[in-house]
Amino acid sequence: MDLAASRRRLIVEALGIAASALAFGFVYGLSARNAGFSPLEAMAMSTIVFAGAAQFAAVGYVVGGLAWPGVVLLTALLNARHLLYSAALAPRLKGVPAARRALMAHLLTDEAFALSVGHFARIGRIDERGYWMAAFGSTFIPWNAATLAGVTIGGQIPDPGRFGLDVVFPAAMVGLAVGLLTGRRELVAALGGAGLAVGTGLVLGPAIGIIAGGLGGPLLGMALPAGSGTEAARLGSRESAERYSMPGTHLRPDQGPPGDPSARSSREALDDEAGLP
Amino acid sequence: MSVGLVGLALLMGLVTYPSRALPLLAPGIERLPKVAMEYLRLVGPAVLAALAAVNVMVVTTEGGSPTFHVGIEWLAVAVCAAVTAWRHNLLVGLLAAVALVAMARAVGFAALPA
Repeated sequence: MDLAASRRRLIVEALGIAASALAFGFVYGLSARNAGFSPLEAMAMSTIVFAGAAQFAAVGYVVGGLAWPGVVLLTALLNARHLLYSAALAPRLKGVPAARRALMAHLLTDEAFALSVGHFARIGRIDERGYWMAAFGSTFIPWNAATLAGVTIGGQIPDPGRFGLDVVFPAAMVGLAVGLLTGRRELVAALGGAGLAVGTGLVLGPAIGIIAGGLGGPLLGMALPAGSGTEAARLGSRESAERYSMPGTHLRPDQGPPGDPSARSSREALDDEAGLP
Repeated sequence: MSVGLVGLALLMGLVTYPSRALPLLAPGIERLPKVAMEYLRLVGPAVLAALAAVNVMVVTTEGGSPTFHVGIEWLAVAVCAAVTAWRHNLLVGLLAAVALVAMARAVGFAALPA
């Protein structure tokens, strides 16, 4: 596929993801507001951290009274998956000046990864401008704009509990977790983490419970025989790029525009291009 | 306007950025032992489930002691999980959960949050 055609397709795909980022960014802004974040604080999270799941989780940590070191530790663990996205892109971006790669890294999300790797695969080479289009257009701009709207306009909603908006946060957490349940180990980690969190939380307080569940759940998952986890998508793989933050809304290379004969081949090329399983 | 959490955002950004940047700026540095990668892979579901469970099941009384809570939120969260898994779309799941709670409260089946 030539560059112009691939960029057009990139824009179409980015628009779909941007719509989703707008919706979730608004929900995040609303949740942050309900948790007592000021607009400046909510925006600082969206621009500096710029990681949907970790930001939603941070709202819960703050509400639960978790101390900052605990928040930082859990954030680091939750965001460690970016290591493999970055590693998958690194060989292809060697020719880009280091300063620009440093900025590219800040914008590296599941969505930017999936969109740009698919674009690179279609044209058979790196397109730096395509990366910026994917990163800024699909996620960074809509996510931040929607956060601002949620944290400011959200205040105009009278008595949010009456409309069930207080349930948005726990429901979003569970929905995000469901998107990650790709094997029995993940299921045990989630259920075990929830059980540990509640049990510990009732004895020692909600904040300690969250840490106990978040750190202990994975150990319970790993206690299952290793073979049972093999059905799970490996971090850094195309599948894993689709499973965080906004389940069901990520780029799926085999679902290109109707009648697009390159859709299937681009999916295969994507894996080859990125050197992914 | 409160700015206290801006510091927290900076710290969170500080621990997030290296995982995004190190392989791009220093290829090869990302290699971790397999057991560490497996643990990290499971942190996401565990943390998110722990947050949701504590949010709907543990409430702190005015005296500061945590107590077990049962309410419509449980059902809403379960509905969200089921719909998200079925439709592969979190937005639809969220809408279902919010609609359920709003309707239950409108007809008096569930109490408004304190």
